[in-house]
Amino acid sequence: MNFYGLVDGSEASLKSYLNQLSGVDQVGAEARAAMLATRSIKTSSKRWAIDTAITMVDLTTLEGADTPGKVKALCTKAVRPDPTDTTVPSVGAVCVYNDMVSVARTHLDLIGGQHVPVAAVSTAFPSGRASMAVKIQDTQDAIDAGAAEIDMVIDRGAFLAGHYIEVFNEIVQIKQVCGDKAHLKVIFETGELVTYDNVRKASFLAMAAGADFIKTSTGKVAPAATPPVVLVMLEAVRDFYEMTNTRIGVKPAGGIRTTKDAIKQLVLVNETVGPDWLNPKLFRIGASALLNDLLMQRMKLDEGYYSSPQYVTMD
Amino acid sequence: MSNRIDVKKTYKLYINGAFPRTESGRTYEVKSAKGAFIANPCLASRKDLRDAVVAARAAHAGWNKATAYNRGQILYRIAEMLEGRRAQFVDEIMQVTGVTKIKAEKEVTDSVDRLVWYAGWTDKIASFAGSTNPVAGPFYNFTIPESMGVVAAIAPETPSLLGFIDVVAPIIASGNTVVILASTKAPLSAMTFAEVLATSDLPNGVINILTGKKEEIAPWMASHMDIDALDISGLPAKLHAETKVAGAENLKRIHSFKSADPGRIIAFMEAKTVWHPIGL
Repeated sequence: MNFYGLVDGSEASLKSYLNQLSGVDQVGAEARAAMLATRSIKTSSKRWAIDTAITMVDLTTLEGADTPGKVKALCTKAVRPDPTDTTVPSVGAVCVYNDMVSVARTHLDLIGGQHVPVAAVSTAFPSGRASMAVKIQDTQDAIDAGAAEIDMVIDRGAFLAGHYIEVFNEIVQIKQVCGDKAHLKVIFETGELVTYDNVRKASFLAMAAGADFIKTSTGKVAPAATPPVVLVMLEAVRDFYEMTNTRIGVKPAGGIRTTKDAIKQLVLVNETVGPDWLNPKLFRIGASALLNDLLMQRMKLDEGYYSSPQYVTMD
Repeated sequence: MSNRIDVKKTYKLYINGAFPRTESGRTYEVKSAKGAFIANPCLASRKDLRDAVVAARAAHAGWNKATAYNRGQILYRIAEMLEGRRAQFVDEIMQVTGVTKIKAEKEVTDSVDRLVWYAGWTDKIASFAGSTNPVAGPFYNFTIPESMGVVAAIAPETPSLLGFIDVVAPIIASGNTVVILASTKAPLSAMTFAEVLATSDLPNGVINILTGKKEEIAPWMASHMDIDALDISGLPAKLHAETKVAGAENLKRIHSFKSADPGRIIAFMEAKTVWHPIGL
């Protein structure tokens, strides 16, 4: 493996690669994210943004109480988010726990949702506290069951302790398991990384190790996908593209509940990495409640009056 | 000798227990009966209505679950707080409407008494409007009135305080939450009443108050799918028909009233019938 020629796999080369990164201007990043959040998106642009956001949603259920019935209902909603309106596109993917992958894949195929991939959370999600053998088996199980996307968590403990090579090797090994069968998304849990400098460092580490996507959070820790964190990750992706000519995707997840939040994210993408990334292949939003709000806003644009949560499904 | 500049109150909206300005940034002028400038209250927009409905919907579950006795106590508490600020209300009513002090004092007294009266109704309305029904089988059969959910309302222009309370109190007495548009020409009492509510143990979002124009907000209230019923007592009669048409989409119950009446509480309740086997 050549890791884009950036790292040779040794700890020394990884350290010198990470050490050359510039720091993040915290005040500047927060001010820029806040400034971009004031953009007003209306009428036909809003309509486009809502439909684009729907295609980017990774419709997620990650509860201990998930039942096969709930996962099937979620899959049905993923294929046709609004049963009364055929012009609503399908979502980007369905995101479930490992053991629910086969339930989701089977049901999606059954109802004509072959085009909707199943993403599985992996490597002892959400804490990442397990042995490497367990993490590899976890990932292998998900792929065998039909997962086309793997959302792995990094070992935050190792990262914060400065053992970057452990995190790097972990990602490399999971990437090998994924091969060309599954896309790899690497979750940082930015709420636990404390600083923007760490977020930038983790982004470059994961991208060099072979991540196809970098993802903010598990959704189990707050704060999650705050606009400044997403901005820092998008800037990392932009810089990485300049270095390697490779486009890495970004997935904010957690805390994005309203159409307004989602549109803010799209503005960040457009202004940081450009319109090439306004595409479900390179940008996803991990969410569950968001989809209902997008549908309600879409109804408002169509019908001209405010809708009610009573007219969308509960889960 | 005094060079001190007056500290004037900014009249803002009351949404979810907070006092935000309108998102539109607009205001309008309120003038006294003699035409002198008094204040610049917010000219609320449809988006303020939308935000208020979200707050009211979120508050409904808790307010509806509170016992009728507890709701009565809180309504009584509102009356206590209103009594404590009597002078300010008298002053504002006189300023805006130009009535005599005696008339203004009577309106405030009536408002306090009316709140106490509605407070008394909270735990009696279920037996007053409900019933046990004879059925041909081994069952008890009860009809129980329950709150509807989120009710939007338009307060009458005058009397600005008593009219406002006559609209709002019966709606919340049964466990509904409300978004109310105050009198356009005399919104001061309603906005000061919000300060009374904020110190009355009333949960946030149960009463949300907007100020602005009826003809601008009423159509959005009527068409909003997350509003279950509408009190148009304060809406000019010429706008009633089109409001009822706009509210038909989600079968909104739309009523208007002229006087204080327990029927105002019942109008915003829904009867549910329960069958219960005898002997269990």
